[in-house]
Amino acid sequence: MYNQPSPLEVNVLTRRFRLPNSSRIETYLASDGYKAFEKAIGMSQDEIINEVKASGLRGRGGAGFPTGMKWSFVPRQSPKPKYIIVNADESEPGTCKDRLLIEFDPHQLIEGILIAGLAVGAHQGYIYIRGEFRYLIDVMDRAIDEAYARGYLGDNILGRGVNFHLATHSGAGAYECGEESALLESFEGKRGNPRIRPPFPAVAGAYQCPTVLNNVETFCAVPSILLNGAAYFAGLGSPKNGGTRLFCLSGHVNKPGVYELPMGFNLMRMINEVGGGMRGGKKLKAVIPGGSSCPVLKADECDINMDFDTVAAAKSMLGSGGVVVMDEDTCMVKAALRIMRFYAHESCGWCIPCREGTTWLRKLLQRFHDGYGVKSDIVLIGDLSKNMLGRTFCPLGDAAAMPTIAFVEKFKDEFEAHLDGKPCPYEKKLVAA
Amino acid sequence: MTFSPELEARFAKFLAKYPADRKRSATIPMLIYAQDEVGSITDELVAEVAKRVGSTPLQVQEVVGFYSMLHKGKGMGKYHVQVCTNISCLLVGGAELYEQACQKLHLGHKEVRPDGFVSLEEVECMGACSWAPAVQINYDFYHDVTPEQLDKLLTGLLAGKKPEEIAEVRKVSC
Repeated sequence: MYNQPSPLEVNVLTRRFRLPNSSRIETYLASDGYKAFEKAIGMSQDEIINEVKASGLRGRGGAGFPTGMKWSFVPRQSPKPKYIIVNADESEPGTCKDRLLIEFDPHQLIEGILIAGLAVGAHQGYIYIRGEFRYLIDVMDRAIDEAYARGYLGDNILGRGVNFHLATHSGAGAYECGEESALLESFEGKRGNPRIRPPFPAVAGAYQCPTVLNNVETFCAVPSILLNGAAYFAGLGSPKNGGTRLFCLSGHVNKPGVYELPMGFNLMRMINEVGGGMRGGKKLKAVIPGGSSCPVLKADECDINMDFDTVAAAKSMLGSGGVVVMDEDTCMVKAALRIMRFYAHESCGWCIPCREGTTWLRKLLQRFHDGYGVKSDIVLIGDLSKNMLGRTFCPLGDAAAMPTIAFVEKFKDEFEAHLDGKPCPYEKKLVAA
Repeated sequence: MTFSPELEARFAKFLAKYPADRKRSATIPMLIYAQDEVGSITDELVAEVAKRVGSTPLQVQEVVGFYSMLHKGKGMGKYHVQVCTNISCLLVGGAELYEQACQKLHLGHKEVRPDGFVSLEEVECMGACSWAPAVQINYDFYHDVTPEQLDKLLTGLLAGKKPEEIAEVRKVSC
């Protein structure tokens, strides 16, 4: 681990992280490793899926879709091979949790994949790891080798007639490939452009075959559900939001870090008690609650419980768990601009509203921050963003538009303070200090 | 085109991972590992990968153009310094670190020193947000980087030292 633990953490997925040699199979087997999988071998497909449904586990990649339901969409009678694909293309700004799950407990991920394989009748899995995480490919490859050597992967696993093969797959730098359909295109050796849906990957995914595609953290939650029961997992979180979540606290807090906390943990407590409060005793201005695509919350909107439904009710998203905390000295125009520069860089160019929209928004926000904005730009930024919403194959267009709309609506006064050639008031403050 | 025995072994492993009629899936892994050895994505490499995965060179070329870690032409330096300036890093000094690196190395975004030893890139989020600001040199992460640490790293690199020989600054992973 790269940060000190917090006493408020509930260690379920991270419970082995601080054991010596936590990534090795000996450590894993000595702490309930692969027991959930052995239990699942004795269960029917429906029993496994119903257990995951009852646990309230929802997709940890960002959308929060119920995992058990996603698995139930895979057609049972298809003559085609079925695939399990793990999304380890972690690249949502503010998010750095999947890295730890692979680095410190790769066998937990393998076990989750194996259980998913049993649930849908798949015999082959791939872990798509972003290219920058080369060291994790090495960690994962070693764990896969260990699992083959001990008979937890391969043909006739544990002599129980189960076949499952698993391999890693390297990306090469593209945020877009974290989107499920673009990831599949990239996995097939193509440009990472998204696919139109339906059909969804459950029906036509990798090589047009039925595919279960989930985030690393989602798979990692599955062994503890099977081992301890759906009721235990569901009881950890808030209603309809089972389990814990690895929250990635970053920005202006005293103790940034990745902390495993129950779903529904209060955001202000997360900042003040887990994160050690604001750095330098500054005042809180705003929080991005779930990675850069999530609309920003003003300080007075932050007294909320961090689960999918409560954050959605506050007109933002829990997203991928990246909690970015900003203090009173942060320029919101600059934050909006940096985020838009990212989306303009990462837009794959497939859909015109996103390709053109992100680039124009970047230019408009840059002009604003440089002090050459005009009042009508404020309206224009909002209009451009709203015209991107829902008009693209994948959610990258929405991911760029939604936070921008929130920045402009909630911090209009800051945008106005940049008008008519006035230099950025926050940059001035920095220079004066 | 010939590669080292290690890379050939890796290629064989890659091609065996995917169904027999789906070798094209090996395109991106082959390109990125080959780039590490060859130095950049050359036309010759594109043709070779195309031949091995059963694609046309054009199909491989269009893939190369999409991914930001694949570099055509002369490629990046032996030690590629990547500084993140995305939101979490920005809030705690990432942009200032990038500016410092530009001045120290006399390089801009995706530029290489004349001797080909060091290059610089301003990168998007690399997944180190809770330990920001972050820097990557090739595949190694450096977390919670201070201006003093960056200065030591860059001074060492400019003197021709490998990052692991720069004792004062430790990478964090692997």
